[in-house]
Amino acid sequence: MGGVLEPFQQDFMQRAFVVAVIVGTLCSAMGTYVVLRKLSFIGDGLAHASFAGIAIAYLRGANFYAGAAVATIVTALGIGFVHRRARVSLDTSIGVLFTGAFALGVFLLSRSPRATVDLQSFLFGSILGVSPGDVATVAGLGLAVALVVGALWRPLLYTSFDPVVAQAAGIRTGLIDYALLVVLAVTIVVSLQAVGIVLVAALLVTPAAAASQLTKRFIPMMLLAIAFGVVSTVGGLYASYELHASSGATIVLLATLIFFAALAIGGVRRRSLT
Amino acid sequence: MNAVEVHDLHVRYDSVEALQGVDFTLPRGTALGIVGPNGSGKSTLLKAVAGLVQPAEGSVRVQGRAPRDLPPGTIGYVPQVEDVDWQFPVSVRDVVTMGRYPRIGPFRRFSAHDHSAVARAIDALDLGAVADRHISELSGGQQQRAFVARAIAQEPLLLLLDEPTTGVDAATEESLLKLVRGLVADGLPVLMTTHDLDRAPEWFDRLIVVDRKILADGTPGDVLESGAYAGIREHTHTHGHRR
Repeated sequence: MGGVLEPFQQDFMQRAFVVAVIVGTLCSAMGTYVVLRKLSFIGDGLAHASFAGIAIAYLRGANFYAGAAVATIVTALGIGFVHRRARVSLDTSIGVLFTGAFALGVFLLSRSPRATVDLQSFLFGSILGVSPGDVATVAGLGLAVALVVGALWRPLLYTSFDPVVAQAAGIRTGLIDYALLVVLAVTIVVSLQAVGIVLVAALLVTPAAAASQLTKRFIPMMLLAIAFGVVSTVGGLYASYELHASSGATIVLLATLIFFAALAIGGVRRRSLT
Repeated sequence: MNAVEVHDLHVRYDSVEALQGVDFTLPRGTALGIVGPNGSGKSTLLKAVAGLVQPAEGSVRVQGRAPRDLPPGTIGYVPQVEDVDWQFPVSVRDVVTMGRYPRIGPFRRFSAHDHSAVARAIDALDLGAVADRHISELSGGQQQRAFVARAIAQEPLLLLLDEPTTGVDAATEESLLKLVRGLVADGLPVLMTTHDLDRAPEWFDRLIVVDRKILADGTPGDVLESGAYAGIREHTHTHGHRR
């Protein structure tokens, strides 16, 4: 009995693999925009900001996803607003807002007598603990993100590449920027269960960064990033089962290995061209 | 109706008043050149017409509307320096194709007309041989032509060019001149800044001299003869400080 297919035979593992595929796809697709717009810090920042919402949801017994989504989206819009209105750079705006939101979460929890053991799982992920309801939520939110990005991909690409000329041509670049932040926030919320707050930023950046080493075209870069992301999440989940290791950490380590392999292959190809 | 009507335009950057009451109109089928010293507000004037900077006072009307209220795709703008990431994963053809994006909504597919607009723009700027190259693999002149091709592929109703001939090779300059004159002959209004006074009569039907205000407005020949430009050079030299 068992063998290589053993992990796929258990209900909780089957659910984990479904979530792994969705999270790997979403994070890597959105990560393509994150990497091209140099927004790596924002992935980390929004993930941490979700902690305020998770804390409030936890203390009030409310829905985890709803709490995380509200906190993350409010922070995402706040980052855009402060960046535009206060005339500070985007990374400063992110730095101010995400630390504030994260501190709010810690503050609220520190005043609560309730045990905080399960919160460990939000920091480092608990993909093995996803319920059938979680799978449905992740799939629904994932589909919503895919539809929005699918509808906006042309103005998103133009605004990412050349925002000034896009605006002169009549594209609502401000609206597109806010839409991207909101979609990014939802992507992060969807991914929290799988890899946790601390590691979600890696999934937003590493597969797309690996893809950028191997292609100079946008669509191939996004498809390659998705392939790397899904291999990382599914492969990492499988390996973590076999190795009895943390699933979130194994997923990110595999993504990191893929990045260095892509870096090496890209370097060899560049040298052979010159 | 004029393609562009600018009335008493003031633009401020913080405390600096870059434009101090500019008035001019641009009819269809006219190439209007803008000359002036560095820091005279030439680029700011184009940005105000493009809707990228807001007037502090006065008004800008393009096709009778404020620039930001225009239907997408109306204004084609080529900035002086393209502030883009040259490692961004796009080819020349991808960049020119972006010109169609404002014209097609989120859900419409690329039509035969969209494809042919892209192909014609690539041909018009002689980019066929490099169309599938990555943008970082182009010469300065080819890069400039790629961004002009994107503006042309958009089929704009107004074309704004900010010093398109600065720092490009002679062949690029000649092909841009031929292109602009052809577009103007077809009825397109073109507003363009330049430093090259000597060739102004070849490029433009009308020339304005700007130094925060309009100092002269007429045919290139008349404006050059009037000595208005020589006058502000003297002025700039005397007062030195310019933004």
